Amino acid sequence: MTIPDDLKYARSHEWIKAEGDSVVVGISHYAQDQLGEVVYVELPEVGAVFNVGDELGTLESVKAVSEFLAPVAGEVLEVNTRLEDEPNLVNDDSYGDGWLVKISGSTESEELLDAAGYEEFLEQESA
Amino acid sequence: MVEFAGFELPVQYSSLTEEHHAVRTRAGLFDVSHMGEIAICGPAALDFVQLISCNDHQKMTIGRAQYTGIMYPEGTFVDDTLVHKMADDEFLLVVNAANRHKNVAYLTELAVDIDGVEVIDLSDDYAQLALQGPLAQEILQPLTSEDLTELKYYRFIEGEVASTAAIIARTGYTGEDGFELYVAPLAAPVLWRAILDRGQPHGVLPAGLGARDTLRFEAGMSLYGNDIDNTTTPLEAGLGWIVKFKKGDYIGRDVLENQKEEGVERKLIGFEMHDRGIARHGYPVFLAEDDTEPISYVTSGTQSPTLGKALGMTYLPIEATEFGTEFFVRIRNRTAPARVVELPFYSRKKD
Repeated sequence: MTIPDDLKYARSHEWIKAEGDSVVVGISHYAQDQLGEVVYVELPEVGAVFNVGDELGTLESVKAVSEFLAPVAGEVLEVNTRLEDEPNLVNDDSYGDGWLVKISGSTESEELLDAAGYEEFLEQESA
Repeated sequence: MVEFAGFELPVQYSSLTEEHHAVRTRAGLFDVSHMGEIAICGPAALDFVQLISCNDHQKMTIGRAQYTGIMYPEGTFVDDTLVHKMADDEFLLVVNAANRHKNVAYLTELAVDIDGVEVIDLSDDYAQLALQGPLAQEILQPLTSEDLTELKYYRFIEGEVASTAAIIARTGYTGEDGFELYVAPLAAPVLWRAILDRGQPHGVLPAGLGARDTLRFEAGMSLYGNDIDNTTTPLEAGLGWIVKFKKGDYIGRDVLENQKEEGVERKLIGFEMHDRGIARHGYPVFLAEDDTEPISYVTSGTQSPTLGKALGMTYLPIEATEFGTEFFVRIRNRTAPARVVELPFYSRKKD
């Protein structure tokens, strides 16, 4: 299982990376694997404001629709427009080119897990 | 794994889309043991099948299979089924797992008043494996002494596959060539492995419920509970070819004859989304963008793995069913345009 050390993770399977005053959000390798080949991504409007746990957008595979949630509160600064034509980037490079949104905010949250914590969480979930 | 009609079934073994493409280009093996099998036996078996079905089974010879609907008096579906003529006094109906008990109760009740017919639920006596795809025959042939080139579409034979007694039927639910094999449940695991072993050099993949659904959907085949049910008639569902009137009376005949004469008021259509978004089962359908009351709901819809488009099926009022007609589907909080296209979305090239 691929879980990079330099990221933080939400229990709803998003990853978060600090980038200056903002954070980048994507979904974990585990999440994309569960979802299957992503064929459509619906992203929020730039400028929209979200609270923790709000639905940021949706990811659709052939078999299912899945929401992704705001792991931290903040305003959407940028969305990954490449996903409109290449939704499969979420599968092929979930921690890189398959990122979803940039939000103003910080990764300082007690709710977020580090890599070891997320790995443990996944083990509990699958047990 | 999902629970379905009392069976644990995998939605996918590896990847839904890979399994889907394997069936379209090579072969896939499905465990569809959940399907129900009901035998209609006795000297009045044919009369009974004629009574419950909208299709005409009079001319069926032994070894033929025919698709039909089991009808309510309203001309709507109790279920859709494949009727196999096993003997002059025996028919085997393969029915949807979720409808098994409903079918058995309905048919048993009807048979009470008729001499010379017996309804027997054999669902627990049969497992079913479906090998589907253009390489299905090539893979299966070495496992049986029966000559599969002689087995035509919608025919079946009783023979041995991998030393197991089986009904070998050239039928399927994918829009590809293929076989449905009915065997004793205890023999199924061995047959499963034998087919996968034999098929490995040909690229066969075990395929799950997910691919089964996208394959049948592309081929424009109805799924009971989605596209057809106890509120829809075969004429509305575009299944006029299974509705026959040159036969005796049958349940629902009056309604269907009347509907045929008057013309249906609504029809199951295929559609394509022409903007972004995927319309899925249950999403509301509107004729105009600012309508507030849905005219219908999407019966089936997904991103088609073969065609790479978001496609769907729904019932529309007959005046809105012409190809190219635009209408709207609400996808979560927005309304997306769709247009009517021809069904099936996909049909294989026949050689």
